[in-house]
Amino acid sequence: MTFVPKPSARHPLLKTNEIGLTRRDYEAIVSTLCAGCGHDSVSAAVIQACHELSIPPHQFAKVSGIGCSSKTPSYFLGNAHGFNSVHGRMPSIATGAYIANKDLKYIGISGDGDSASIGLGQFAHIIRRRVNMCYIVDNNGTYGLTKGQFSATNDRGSTSKRGVPNLYAPIDLVSLAIQLGASFVARSFSGDKQQLIPLIKAAVLHKGFAFIDVISPCVMFNNHDGSTKSYTHVRNHTEPVVDANLIMPRDEITVEYEEGTTTSVPMHDGSKLQLRKLSDSYEPNNRVSALTYVQKAQEEGEIVTGLLFLEEDAVDCHDILGTLDTPFNELDEENLCPGTERLEQINDSLR
Amino acid sequence: MQPTDIHNPNYFHKVVDCQWACPAHTPVPEYIRLIAQERYTEAYMINWESNVFPGILGRTCDRPCEPACRRVRTEEKPVAICRLKRVAADHKGDIAPYLPKVPKKKNGKRIALLGAGPASLAVARDLLPLGYTIDMFDRDPGGGGMMRSQIPAFRLPKDVLEEEVDLIVNMGVNTHYNYEISSMKEMLDRGYDAYFVGTGAPRGRDLDLPGRVEVSKHISIGIDWLSSVAFGHTTSISGKVIVMGGGNTAMDCCRTSNRLGAESVTVVVRSGFDVMKASDWEKEDAMAEGIPILNNRPPKEFVHENGRLKGVVFGRVKPEEVDGRLKYLPTGEPDVFIEADHILMAIGQENHCPWIERDLGIEFDKWDCPIIDEDSLQSTHEKVFFGGDSAFGPENIIWASAHAHKAAISIHLFCQGKDPKQDRPPEGVNLISQKMGLHEWSYDAEHDPSQRHIVPHADLKRSLDNIKVEVELGFDEDLGFKEAQRCLNCDVQTVFTEKLCIECDACVDICPLDCITFTPNAPENDLRKVLTAPAENSEQDLYVSDILPTNRVMVKDEDLCLHCGLCAERCPTNAWDMQKSIIHIPQLSSYAE
Ligand SMILES: Cc1cc2nc3c(=O)[nH]c(=O)nc-3n(C[C@H](O)[C@H](O)[C@H](O)COP(=O)(O)OP(=O)(O)OC[C@H]3O[C@@H](n4cnc5c(N)ncnc54)[C@H](O)[C@@H]3O)c2cc1C
Ligand SMILES: Cc1ncc(C[n+]2csc(CCOP(=O)(O)OP(=O)(O)O)c2C)c(N)n1
Ligand code: SF4
Ligand code: SF4
Ligand code: SF4
Ligand SMILES: [Mg+2]
Repeated sequence: MTFVPKPSARHPLLKTNEIGLTRRDYEAIVSTLCAGCGHDSVSAAVIQACHELSIPPHQFAKVSGIGCSSKTPSYFLGNAHGFNSVHGRMPSIATGAYIANKDLKYIGISGDGDSASIGLGQFAHIIRRRVNMCYIVDNNGTYGLTKGQFSATNDRGSTSKRGVPNLYAPIDLVSLAIQLGASFVARSFSGDKQQLIPLIKAAVLHKGFAFIDVISPCVMFNNHDGSTKSYTHVRNHTEPVVDANLIMPRDEITVEYEEGTTTSVPMHDGSKLQLRKLSDSYEPNNRVSALTYVQKAQEEGEIVTGLLFLEEDAVDCHDILGTLDTPFNELDEENLCPGTERLEQINDSLR
Repeated sequence: MQPTDIHNPNYFHKVVDCQWACPAHTPVPEYIRLIAQERYTEAYMINWESNVFPGILGRTCDRPCEPACRRVRTEEKPVAICRLKRVAADHKGDIAPYLPKVPKKKNGKRIALLGAGPASLAVARDLLPLGYTIDMFDRDPGGGGMMRSQIPAFRLPKDVLEEEVDLIVNMGVNTHYNYEISSMKEMLDRGYDAYFVGTGAPRGRDLDLPGRVEVSKHISIGIDWLSSVAFGHTTSISGKVIVMGGGNTAMDCCRTSNRLGAESVTVVVRSGFDVMKASDWEKEDAMAEGIPILNNRPPKEFVHENGRLKGVVFGRVKPEEVDGRLKYLPTGEPDVFIEADHILMAIGQENHCPWIERDLGIEFDKWDCPIIDEDSLQSTHEKVFFGGDSAFGPENIIWASAHAHKAAISIHLFCQGKDPKQDRPPEGVNLISQKMGLHEWSYDAEHDPSQRHIVPHADLKRSLDNIKVEVELGFDEDLGFKEAQRCLNCDVQTVFTEKLCIECDACVDICPLDCITFTPNAPENDLRKVLTAPAENSEQDLYVSDILPTNRVMVKDEDLCLHCGLCAERCPTNAWDMQKSIIHIPQLSSYAE
């Protein structure tokens, strides 16, 4: 835990974005997590990504459950809206908030315990409902906040700090998300910001449910030799398959890739998502083959990373429900709640 | 890049910008911390060790440390390093127990110090504790050199000067005041074991323009006039005064005239305002006292009538860059005439030793400067050493102290039959961890964002009425504390240990100034461009680690580091530690006892 506040002094050459803000304007209070926790790197990546997107902090809403990971929204976007909910229940809160105000950008931060154990049901249903948000799981294979029990994403055979092996097979959230209909599914590593930042940017801009599973080592309880979620193990076993690069309208394109390996997907705000395949056989637009690839690699102990699945032109829950263009929170009472007479009419029509 | 060798004494010394810039390498942050702890006496002694005249320098130093201060780069205004020195001097207690002991039994070696300015005094201070017999000669009636004869009392009160001069003299210097040295040969014939020439740069420059001879009784050379004021021979000046020149002497001349009854005082400078030699604060102080400074006006002629000075004609020029060089070209406007009854000529000084015969083996170059070795300050005559203004031309007090330490070591080596150049003791560095607990450091790591505090001044009218009233009042303890808190503790270094680093990025993410990057290694110029924040200040080093497990290196740009310790606090493995660097600059005192 750090007690000294981060000095306000900043580098004079710090870049400002299109709305004149520096990265420091997207920060919040200093983290109280253990020094070296992967979750802090994810927060730093969120800060950088939101800054690069040039979206003002107050146009974001941060939602989370309970856990070290779920504490992190306190440590980024200090000027954003936020709701720190109960354990595993962030999806309900996020769904409600998104129904009420579809104009905000939603960033959900959860943990492997929060989403794969207690909150697995909620996790499944928010995907199914296609809530338009960027949902990040800081996946450390453990319940960090409650001092290091195995979580449901912990690999079988991976050991605790004391050397006791885990007896159960893991739940793979990426596979689940692909299977349940998420329109944007990615996996990354907290120690690889070069990969993670563009993914977060694309996930925020993606219309539909965007899920990022970020392997994020718990330095305190799950960073030892027998762990499959330690900095060293993850570094030695990742296989990036699709590189994502978000090109904003004002960005100049600096790298030219070989033809055939890259595809460019237009985003709603005019930017382009450039996908570069690093593995020939990988098909990021095909649910079935993506799922097969990911699961096969998992059996071999390899961690497939990158933008693993993308469904272009996805519909989100407002499209499905056919709601108004105006967000509900902007409607006056009369329109929002048209009264008993109208309710009667509706009921009658259903009799 | 090659991994940085942090055990090279210069590496971390350079990070302590102020100490690096200080000619005497005063350990600035160390004494500033002591001031914040109200340990004024110890703060004073640290200064006394390095720069010999803390009370005097705390009022008059040219302060090369301040433009170098890191705080200039992180937010414009440096720490008031110089005025904090004065805080130590003003509030110190009894220093007697801390002073070096001078042995009763002499070591048999006799040294002659020629001139009794700061250079000679500092040599005396360094040599006396080793048992040397010191004879010091000066034509003035007391010690201190130009600190006594030139620097006006409103900047440097007499008691402050005398306290620090007497401290040294009372260590056992045999003084020979009112003694005009007229022959070096005669001095050499007296058979001293070594000689230190600290006679300064005592000749003021003159200007040969039409009318100069006719009006000579209305023209004074600035430094001669200031010394006659200092010694009480001149107590007033009347009529309209023009001060010609743009250096600190000109500023002292105009402010002194203003106090001695001049009807009006005008400073006229041939060059532009920004390039004047005077320090910014000297210019500000003069202007605050209502003295106009006219720039880009080269003098052309002294106008006189019946042997009386009427005024001076000045041309008008403007600075322009011609082929990359600054030139002053006439503007074509008509000349200006400025009335004057008296002119003070303050256009520079020279070292000048007519009393050194040129056949003694002490060689001079074509500009009539002595030829000396820069490291040992030894002249071409093995027994004769130079220092202070006499060595390389007019500088200032802090350079005089710095030279003195070097010369004292040389004299000591020479007297022991060693080579003053080859046998010099090396510099060194010690690193001491400041970690006290999980989140506790033995220094105040928290960054204080406050602006530089302003030194209070005496009432303007009161100080203009009396030349002895000191203009600056100095910081009181409270302001001194506040200003001390602005110091970034640049001597508490970020020390990186490769084998502990797990590359978790915590330090990169927390660093408020984006100093740290993990990246594939590359040549320096390429690295500078790819860091978290571009490292454009090439005068500041990059700290580069050995290759890490991911095949990258850690690169830290030292330029803007606040020494806030957050990197070390957020590091899970202590790969970063905050360690105080103690730079060992050889001094003779380390040989004593
Ligand atoms: C007007 C003015 C203001 C200044 N203000 C500052 C300031 O604010 N801060 C600062 O750091 N520096 C200042 N300086 C510069 C500073 O005073 C000198 O750089 C410094 O004093 C040099 O020290 P020194 O020991 O080399 O020689 P000096 O101080 O010049 O001492 C040399 C001594 O040698 C004696 N001497 C010379 N020749 C002979 C001889 N033939 N026989 C006997 N004795 C002799 C002189 O009488 C003198 O006492 C100022 C200089 C001037 C002219
Ligand atoms: C309803 C409920 N059950 C149990 C807990 C105890 N609890 C707090 S955090 C946590 C696990 C958090 O694990 P994870 O989501 O992986 O977060 P991490 O700390 O690892 O980032 C548990 C079980 C709780 N707070 N509330
Ligand atoms: S316990 Fe683990 S997850 Fe929680 S803050 Fe510490 S390192 Fe991070
Ligand atoms: S901040 Fe302090 S230590 Fe750093 S350069 Fe300035 S005075 Fe020196
Ligand atoms: S001490 Fe560390 S965290 Fe603080 S500015 Fe320097 S490098 Fe950055
Ligand atoms: Mg967890």
